[in-house]
Amino acid sequence: MAYSSDRILIGSQRESKISRFRPWVPFLVSLAAILFQIYVTLFFQFLAYLELPLLVVVYFSLMWRNPVSGLLLGAAVGLAQDALSKNPLGMLGIVKTLVGYFAASVGLRLDVDHPFVRLVLAFFFLFFHQFFYWVMARALLAQQVTFEVRATLFVGLLNALVAVFLFHFLDKLRERS
Amino acid sequence: MSSRTHRYGNILVLLVVVLAQMVLLGYQVKSNRDVRLIRVWAVTGVTPVAKVIESVRTGVVGFAGDYISLRDMREENRHIQEELDKLKLEAQFLRNELSTAERVQALAAFQQSSPSRTLASRVIGTAAGVGSKVVFVDRGTPSGVTKGMAVITADGIVGKVIAAFPTASQVQLITDSGFAAGVVSRKGRVRAMVKGQGHTTCRIDYVQNEEKIVPGEWFYTSGDDRVFPKGLPVGRVISARPGNPFQDITLEPSGLRRGLEEVLIVIEGVHQEVPDLTAASPEVHLLPPPRQTSSVEGADPSRVDPPQVDPAQPVVPAPSVGTDADSLREHYQRLGTAQGHTFGAGGPGAKPPDFNLRLPPGGMAQTPQAPPPSAQRSSPPPSKPAPPKVTGDDVSDPDLTP
Repeated sequence: MAYSSDRILIGSQRESKISRFRPWVPFLVSLAAILFQIYVTLFFQFLAYLELPLLVVVYFSLMWRNPVSGLLLGAAVGLAQDALSKNPLGMLGIVKTLVGYFAASVGLRLDVDHPFVRLVLAFFFLFFHQFFYWVMARALLAQQVTFEVRATLFVGLLNALVAVFLFHFLDKLRERS
Repeated sequence: MSSRTHRYGNILVLLVVVLAQMVLLGYQVKSNRDVRLIRVWAVTGVTPVAKVIESVRTGVVGFAGDYISLRDMREENRHIQEELDKLKLEAQFLRNELSTAERVQALAAFQQSSPSRTLASRVIGTAAGVGSKVVFVDRGTPSGVTKGMAVITADGIVGKVIAAFPTASQVQLITDSGFAAGVVSRKGRVRAMVKGQGHTTCRIDYVQNEEKIVPGEWFYTSGDDRVFPKGLPVGRVISARPGNPFQDITLEPSGLRRGLEEVLIVIEGVHQEVPDLTAASPEVHLLPPPRQTSSVEGADPSRVDPPQVDPAQPVVPAPSVGTDADSLREHYQRLGTAQGHTFGAGGPGAKPPDFNLRLPPGGMAQTPQAPPPSAQRSSPPPSKPAPPKVTGDDVSDPDLTP
């Protein structure tokens, strides 16, 4: 893995590298993440805390460094999750759209190949995802749900740890420039 | 300008996408209706893949389960096979033990019933040499075994001791080519000599062609050789045909019939008689002879009820037990006495006595008006009873049973 260990912020636009993937890679990876969430957790309940679709959206948004691509991927994945759940369509779509957009915007500023950056960003975006979903559930759907900060922090940390290894694996799917 | 457009363009796209989803969301909440089309697309796009994965998973799990079951089954099968082999070995061992116990029991019974003093011994090995019919037994000179002693089993003679050592003795079997012993046949008391031939059968030598020896006949020791006590079974003839100058007789030794593991060494032999021929095999049950029936009433010589003797009548001697001809002759004599006829006294043309005359039990003659049909009908003498039917093979033949 080639990354600078002493510099986290990117000094200029030229230092940033735009990762490219084959067109089927984001589609299949997202589909696999959704399938994992709806299928694998049938047999392994303890894996339900993993928010793999969110991690996939964050990864591709960070790697593409393109807010529009990121928000579109987030919207698609979110809507698919909504469609496969009991939620009204748009709840996870809106949240993941925002996550994709902001992740791509952050990717323009930070060296996202750094594991620690990936760990922090994964943790942050998961917390943001959960929190914004709670806000929308209360605001738009008027659901009286509680936001458990401690549990969310714990889940965020676990997902961040998984994200480091997942992102490293997904790096293998990048096209060599 | 283009950079600002690009930056605002991103935000604009974001707003449009978010706004569209909010409208979608608001529509669903407001109308309380679902946008089924999008769900159909999502479900249609995702569930086939899930179905394929589930099929693959089921196949893999099933295959793995089958494989594990097969492995377990193979392992179990191997265990069962090992257990079966072990049980087979145990069963074989127990069968051998039982057979040995039966042989030892038979040998012990024979040892007790035999008048000769014998010593039980076990065969521990065979002597080296191709065709050698010599074995070692586990009794030697300390047990009193000396050269020349007879070795027997309950079934017959086995051989003789040809060498005695401190720990064992060497026994020449009856089938050894150098073995010879005096024998006598059971039926005709034909004296001969049995000789080993180096294989499983023996030869009976020095039997004249005129002597009648048939297959199945038993030979016993004659005691002439001063080794084997007289009266021990040697074997049974399996073939006998004329030869030059003596008959060519082959004998199957009975002492080796059940194998050779335990034997008796005759320390002090006592001669016995060769078993006589018996009327029938003791194994076959025979009824008593049937009661004689006569055609004339009152003339039954074997009648159970004693006849009523009239003191006024001459006393007729009671019929003695004999053949049918004897009883018939007695009957005719009584008829002649009753009619005053003397047999042999009348000349030719003289009136013969009435042989159809009924005799009372005392022997008084009564002239019948008409002879009873039973007397007319049953004039011929009773036939001789058929001999008892004896079933079985040569064992039931009294001539062939030792």
